[in-house]
Amino acid sequence: MRRRALILGPPLVLLAALIGAWEAYADSGTTSNFVLPAPHAIAAALADNAGLLAANLRPTATEVALGVLIALALGAALAILVHLSPLLRRAVYPLAVGSQAVPIAVIAPLLVFWWGFGVFPKLVVIVLICFFPVLVTTVDGLAAVDPDRLKLLRTLDASRWQAFRFGELPAALPAAISGARIAVTIAVIGAYIAESQTATTGAHAGLGHEINADLTALQTPRAYAAALVLFAFALACFYALGLAERVIAPWSRAKDAA
Amino acid sequence: MPTELRSPPPKALAEPRAAEAIALERVSRTYTDRRGARVRALEDVSLHAAPGELLAVVGPSGCGKTTLLELICRLQAPDRGNVRGEPAALMPQRDLLLPWLDALDNAALALRIAGVPRAHARERAAALFAQLGLDGFERASPDELSGGMRQRVAFLRTLLSGKRVLCLDEPLSALDAITRADMQEWLAAALEREGSQIGRRTVALVTHDVEEAIMLADRVAVLSPRPGRVIAEVDVQIARPRARTHADVLALREHVLELLGRGRTREGDRA
Repeated sequence: MRRRALILGPPLVLLAALIGAWEAYADSGTTSNFVLPAPHAIAAALADNAGLLAANLRPTATEVALGVLIALALGAALAILVHLSPLLRRAVYPLAVGSQAVPIAVIAPLLVFWWGFGVFPKLVVIVLICFFPVLVTTVDGLAAVDPDRLKLLRTLDASRWQAFRFGELPAALPAAISGARIAVTIAVIGAYIAESQTATTGAHAGLGHEINADLTALQTPRAYAAALVLFAFALACFYALGLAERVIAPWSRAKDAA
Repeated sequence: MPTELRSPPPKALAEPRAAEAIALERVSRTYTDRRGARVRALEDVSLHAAPGELLAVVGPSGCGKTTLLELICRLQAPDRGNVRGEPAALMPQRDLLLPWLDALDNAALALRIAGVPRAHARERAAALFAQLGLDGFERASPDELSGGMRQRVAFLRTLLSGKRVLCLDEPLSALDAITRADMQEWLAAALEREGSQIGRRTVALVTHDVEEAIMLADRVAVLSPRPGRVIAEVDVQIARPRARTHADVLALREHVLELLGRGRTREGDRA
């Protein structure tokens, strides 16, 4: 009990202080409620629109989950190729880095032109943003394996594949999961960008779409409530992956993992 | 832990094989360290071990002992000279157990690499776990094991490689004095028990502990400080089991220490 209080206490106190300051500032009349809604107004909007927000969370959560999974697979696969082949490293790495500098707005019309108004162009945007942290952390993880371990595997007559299978791959797994944790948080921003940049048909088009519509309609408290849902969703994904790491790669917290 | 020591079986029991299990002839090796400096590790070293022989190599730290073992295991090639002999397995100074495998999988690693299916490889390793006093720890992860247990798992991994030559690099250096004395007896017993079952393996044991070398070895090679050269080779003709307080052990220990000291002085004169 005491331990839990110590873990949860500091962030809750900080959060309460921030919300208190925000409430005081918003209520002071310095700004309009359209520009900065007070926390109590956001809470009210959240309660009044719970059904709407939940309905809009579903497509966004789907985009994020699928996007991160694809980004993980793509990032890890590219990392392995780049790790095994210096030629591919020289060919792929600059392009991968450059891909991060492309403003999504530039390619969004093309994505819609190719794949229409469904989920697919949004996945492309999220994957484009999210594969990169996975690629970089996994490449570093693969290269960081203790060379003495590889030497040991060599004395046991391990083939290149076996050295990879028993030595490098498990050593890189915690790093790949760290990449996934970064990816999942920026995937939420990616989903917002994707929904803003590529048009959608249908009633509940996602939280990003909802936020933009609310801002245009001066429904600022509801836009903030939607952003709050995104915030909570990103946090939940981040900690869920932390738990997953303990199951998939328990050695990453042991003292001698390399 | 079974620590009873018996006398070794006659070497004639080993099946016929190459006359020399380890042969280094006038080997020199220089390497470049991380800062780019050239390090002369070994110079003009000749060492031989007959099949079934336990050769200990002692020397001050940094005398190229690890380089020597890596040459025997073909992990490095000499700059000059010749390395011949039977394939060798290395037990590195750090145990290098893989943290993502449990104790049994670590011990069975060589079998897995040789293509033995996992269940079968684990079975074969498990059969030896009790002999090494490791029963009950099959599923433990390496960080749950004590230093002595980790060393035993690493030793088992080396044994199960099936190589006829074992290169042990300071296998007991990470242990405290009491565990270490126990482990020396255990190591002697383990090699011997195995020797009586499938023929003695050839062992190259690198250590900076002269007493350990004399307790375990058939022959002790003394290396000088870097660059390592063989100063002397001493036969250990003391009946097993050996007691560390036995007069012959003490006398030989003094003798080897004196050889080591002389090597250091000569190096000092040169500098």
